[in-house]
Amino acid sequence: MRAFDYTEARSVDEALAAIGPDAKFLAGGTNLVDLMKGDVEQPMKLIGINSLKLTDIAPTASGGVRIGAMVRNSDCAAHPLIRERYPLLSQALLAGASPQLRNMASMGGNLLQRTRCYYFYDAAFDRCNKRKPGSGCAAREGFNRIHAILGASEQCVATHPSDMAVAMAALDAVVEVRGRDGERRIPMAEFHRLPGDTPQRDTTLEPGELIVAIELPAASGLAQRSQYLKVRDRASYAFALVSVACALEMDGGAVKDARLALGGVAHKPWRALDAERGLVGSKLDAAAIDRAAQACVAGAQPLQDNAFKVELAKRTVARALRTVGGVA
Amino acid sequence: MAHDDGALPSAARRHFILGTSAVGLGIAAVDALAATAPTQAAPAASHTHRVRFTLNGERREIALDTRTTLLDVLRQNLGMPGTKKGCDRGQCGACTVLVDGRRVNSCLMLAVTLEGAEVTTIEGLSKSGPHPAQVAFLERDAFQCGYCTPGQIMSCVALVDEYRKGMPSHVTPDVGARSIALTDDEIRERMSGNICRCGAYVNIVQAVRDVAGRQEA
Repeated sequence: MRAFDYTEARSVDEALAAIGPDAKFLAGGTNLVDLMKGDVEQPMKLIGINSLKLTDIAPTASGGVRIGAMVRNSDCAAHPLIRERYPLLSQALLAGASPQLRNMASMGGNLLQRTRCYYFYDAAFDRCNKRKPGSGCAAREGFNRIHAILGASEQCVATHPSDMAVAMAALDAVVEVRGRDGERRIPMAEFHRLPGDTPQRDTTLEPGELIVAIELPAASGLAQRSQYLKVRDRASYAFALVSVACALEMDGGAVKDARLALGGVAHKPWRALDAERGLVGSKLDAAAIDRAAQACVAGAQPLQDNAFKVELAKRTVARALRTVGGVA
Repeated sequence: MAHDDGALPSAARRHFILGTSAVGLGIAAVDALAATAPTQAAPAASHTHRVRFTLNGERREIALDTRTTLLDVLRQNLGMPGTKKGCDRGQCGACTVLVDGRRVNSCLMLAVTLEGAEVTTIEGLSKSGPHPAQVAFLERDAFQCGYCTPGQIMSCVALVDEYRKGMPSHVTPDVGARSIALTDDEIRERMSGNICRCGAYVNIVQAVRDVAGRQEA
């Protein structure tokens, strides 16, 4: 690990004043410290933000809930407001990592997790456009079983690893960030980005900006009737091969509103808007479920080792829809 | 195997495991990892940081290279080798300790972030004799080589605390439910952050069940 300076910020203003080009904010550290051990991240300076009082989970005036960026993943998952109003988010958080890591990891930090693409994570590999822009992508011709089937580019086929972010995308969460020039609010759909020609950028966060909170809009019937379904290589403590955040609002036998977001398939949480639109107004029968599952993977471009993910994603979507919709 | 008469298993294993986990200090001198501290160039002044925290009830103050993890401070600087280094990358749980009462992976926690924290390691679990979790692991023979055991025991202690606070897990059928049954599936999921390469999981589940049951009673 490269040597670095350390300062502990006592306020958001102090943190924003201290950040600079070769510096990074340090929250839970579960990903950043790991990446520093592997020389993937080499900051010259860390700004500790664990003392910041961004630890509240509170109802908002508009009927939603605002979650402070420094709330730990385990505390958010276990919070009564989240368990009651947004069980989808609790489920997604509990599906990620381990109890120890969830006790450390912050909500803001979870959004900023880096991909677990082997070729990114191991600095011994020369080619990785995300780690070393312009060096190429070793995963495209390499072992790419865990990689993206949707929205990838010639430059990068990495997936976003977060479970929490998939639920946040389905719930239309908004990320509240602060920079030296003030505050701005970024909808989840625009927070993470597709790799395109600049895979080194995971998000639309600007340099020096700090996530201060994540806001969930008012919980509708949707949030209550939901499931986070994660498929992985072992029963626990593993990243998703494919995951689905599914929520439905029913009106009699017909779908009134639907949310479908997929994890493990793209560089960002993959919101399947066409599949959602196709479901609305229709009866939740086998044909509708099949159409929705198909729409979720429309345009999929599997690689050598991950074609199984296309079928797996369809089946995972179908199972989640059947479970949430209460149809056998 | 359970020991219904309350007798502890054979002395050899008992002394071995208590020596490595509960007492720890007794074998510090022969601990291979602690004896082979990686050589690092002397850090620049700005890369050294002073931190004060409480370790097993005792106040500590130490100047450290900012790169030092809590795990390395414990093992190399503070003579507490009971906490084990397995993967050193947050994937195995051997380094599990309690910080402010919550279980964490000490290998991913930079020691400079510990200002004012209270750290509890396997050496500090109990002031008088083995902790009930240590006793349960011995009684149930919940280990083979024993290397992951301190981390397993720290996780077991935290698990019981989390469960009693009503925290749900990934396998809880309804995360909104007020009351959760501590089934074997719940125990397995809640212990899944601790890998045992010998595969002593069957007995570990039994030991955890014993501890949770005893503390409820």
